[in-house]
Amino acid sequence: MRLLTHNMLSSNIKGVVNGFPLRIEVEKVVEKTVEMNGEFLKKMFEKVDWKALIDASRAMGYTELPEEADSSMLDSDEFLNRFHHALLEIHLEEGALVCPETGRRFPVNKGIPNMLLHEDEV
Amino acid sequence: MKLKQLEGLLGGLQQFPQPKEELEQYPTGPHIASRMLFTAENSFEDVSNKVVADFGCGCGTLGVAAALLGAEHVLSIDIDPESLEIASVNAEELELDIDFIRSNVLELGWRGPIVDTVIMNPPFGTRKKGADMDFLSVALKVASQAVYSLHKTSTRDHVKRTALRSFNASSAEVICELRFDVPKMYKFHKKKEVDIAVDLWRFVPASHQRST
Repeated sequence: MRLLTHNMLSSNIKGVVNGFPLRIEVEKVVEKTVEMNGEFLKKMFEKVDWKALIDASRAMGYTELPEEADSSMLDSDEFLNRFHHALLEIHLEEGALVCPETGRRFPVNKGIPNMLLHEDEV
Repeated sequence: MKLKQLEGLLGGLQQFPQPKEELEQYPTGPHIASRMLFTAENSFEDVSNKVVADFGCGCGTLGVAAALLGAEHVLSIDIDPESLEIASVNAEELELDIDFIRSNVLELGWRGPIVDTVIMNPPFGTRKKGADMDFLSVALKVASQAVYSLHKTSTRDHVKRTALRSFNASSAEVICELRFDVPKMYKFHKKKEVDIAVDLWRFVPASHQRST
């Protein structure tokens, strides 16, 4: 699971008011190289939650993203490379996503998060 | 990529070995899947460089087609772990990077308008009435650009009315009518092969900037 996917998922358990961002528990991270697409990254920069992306990438052991970012940084190739790497190349292979309000764990196995809710959580 | 080439690659994908009747697991054939994604890309530019989500992905055919046509990020969702297992093998064999999530499509929580396009072959609702429209309702909330979906031709008026009036779609158009070959897989199928007419739809959600 890429961090772009993490950036758009939220806990949907009944009664939870703010289920975003899901906390990440890491057991195994894998990296897969993909070609960089600058136009796509520029569009995504407007849409991602930056704080959630930094925290997620740190949890995954990647600490190269700047604390604050604004759109002027998109002119820098170095910044684009880091953003690209964090968003699309680091995958959570084994671990869990954890609801920030209830602490409920959604396990991630073979890169696939199991977001199925129990009957009493719907 | 040419249509024939896309259809050929999709034809090599592994399908459900034991389809589950309650989930209405009918494979999306290479003929239909290739036409759906080819049209989405070449007539509407809804695939390449986009974030695409496949709702109820089954063995992953539609998401694979989107990735082959240059979608930047594909997110395929299904409730059934065995389907996801096959889907991830299908993606791996073609060296495609696709994210999978195990979830009930109707219960997943989303943040922000990141998904551009939703593609789906929803359960037609023959076992669970209205299932296809439940999927459509969620798809029109999650997608910011377009939703491509298949629905039985016999429900065309109902689909159009519901999409426009109840789900606030800004447009709902049938792109083409296709034949869906459903081989005899389940006990309740009387005939050897059931050939049903389905419509390929393109819906545009109400607002391109909405967050969910």
